[in-house]
Amino acid sequence: MNKKFSRKALRETGQGYTFMFPALIVLGLFIIGPIFYTIFLSFHKVQLLGNATFDFVAFDNFKRILEDTRAKIALWNTFKYVVIVVPCQTFLALILAATLNAGLKGQTFFRIVYFLPTLTSSAVLTLIFMWMYNKDGLINNILDFIGLPTYNFLGDPAIALNAIMFMNIWSTAPFFMVIYLAALQDIPESLYEAAKLDGANVLQRFWKITVPNLRPVTSFVVIMGIIGTFQLFDQSYIFSAGSGGPDNSTLTVVLLVYQYAFKTLGTMGYAAALAFLLAFVILVATLLQRKFSKEESLY
Amino acid sequence: MEKNKVGKTILYMILGLYAVTTLVPFLWALSSSFKTLQEIVSGSMSFIPKNFTLENYKQIFIEQEHFPRWMFNSLFIAGVGTFLNLIFNSMAGYALARLTFPGKKALFIIILGVLMIPAQVTMIPNYLILKELGWLNSYQGMIVPGMINATYIFMMRQFFINFPKELEEAAEIDGLSKFGTFFRVVLPLAKPALAAQSIFIFMGFWNDFMRPLIVITDIEMFTLPLGLNTFKGQFVSYWNYIMAASMVFTLPVLLLYAFFNRYFIKGISFTGGK
Repeated sequence: MNKKFSRKALRETGQGYTFMFPALIVLGLFIIGPIFYTIFLSFHKVQLLGNATFDFVAFDNFKRILEDTRAKIALWNTFKYVVIVVPCQTFLALILAATLNAGLKGQTFFRIVYFLPTLTSSAVLTLIFMWMYNKDGLINNILDFIGLPTYNFLGDPAIALNAIMFMNIWSTAPFFMVIYLAALQDIPESLYEAAKLDGANVLQRFWKITVPNLRPVTSFVVIMGIIGTFQLFDQSYIFSAGSGGPDNSTLTVVLLVYQYAFKTLGTMGYAAALAFLLAFVILVATLLQRKFSKEESLY
Repeated sequence: MEKNKVGKTILYMILGLYAVTTLVPFLWALSSSFKTLQEIVSGSMSFIPKNFTLENYKQIFIEQEHFPRWMFNSLFIAGVGTFLNLIFNSMAGYALARLTFPGKKALFIIILGVLMIPAQVTMIPNYLILKELGWLNSYQGMIVPGMINATYIFMMRQFFINFPKELEEAAEIDGLSKFGTFFRVVLPLAKPALAAQSIFIFMGFWNDFMRPLIVITDIEMFTLPLGLNTFKGQFVSYWNYIMAASMVFTLPVLLLYAFFNRYFIKGISFTGGK
């Protein structure tokens, strides 16, 4: 009996690992292995030309971050970007979802329209916005028409990052809106009816019922937002043709990692240290957010 | 009653205003793609092209001979990548949900952990590994590292946990092996879950900018996002061409959306923790 059982267990183990095999290979070779490889690289000076060399330099790469002005600029830009974009896109997503959920006619139509930016690739969106941000492009013409000052969105270091922020809030909010929409279906209608009987108006119902009930989802949306915004790359790259300009104003951490890893020689180890730092910052931000929102059931 | 009407009008105004905000960039890009260069340069702000022309769409294929190839590359990588993801994610999800084997729990935790790892951490080693394998500038270099996805392994596990066991038991009594059961009985019944993930995986491959930027340097092997970026560099102020190319590139995903609209919503609400 026991022997038979163990043979069955053995067979199922074999089947289990066969089913997992492709996933295990990719996980090991392209995700878990590379994590350790990144840690290894971050403590070495890497030369790839000719015979690749890896010289152990202890913490030099990390110390170098402290002295690197561009790294500081990139960290600051990324930080600014996260702090502004995450609350804006979350709030916009919530407002849109609540409005869509109000039971008006044409809901489906609006939902389909709102969702368009989410479908479109970052490359295409960035190009469309660059065209609109042009000096005498559509946006400046509209601003001029309603009597507002015009800007050199692409060329002015004080504006360029804001232009990317605006574009990304616009393009990411609808995705989170759909998540909110799904969650809104789960709030019992009776809560709203009771509040109505007590004489609560629309805004009161929104703040006192909708917002608190969506708290776990908001937590999820904010975490996803933090992880996503810290990784800003495509838009900055295309906007500045890979340079992070004008005047480093669109330089993000990931763009800097890319430049040090693939565009300058001998700085791959340093790039790995930066990437490692970024992962650490994301992890800390995520954990902090979770702690503050006191909602651990979800993620 | 009167108050209700005012409220409704305000809601419609919000919805309408945001719909316009969403649509304007797309309509502007679309209209620009039908304009002549003259009109683009003249700074005309009309959404209706003065001299409607299809010339831009023709020209981008003539001026940039690689365009069809880029499109093929994108389709091929996204198509094969999606197909492999569907099979491998389901297999892994099935094993985690249904089979008992030592190390299963640890594997599950690892997969959940991987969800939190930003791609940039693995980007540099991935390049070095692909280089070592000789997979730079190749389809396998683009497909293999992305042929599984932790999010969807997790999703498939949740799906199979709620899947009725009786069907599999019946199949086994009929003499099907575990693999036979999986491919002939279980997988066909998982279609809704597969449809939802296939759209997002396809879009992920199709829109990916960073991986091709790192893995591919040979212009023949470019995918569309990379090609589009190069194209912009070549035709800096030819916005009519750039917009036409952008529209061509966006069309396939829009078609996908038009047909599978409901799966999109399902897929996202799943990611939302359901």
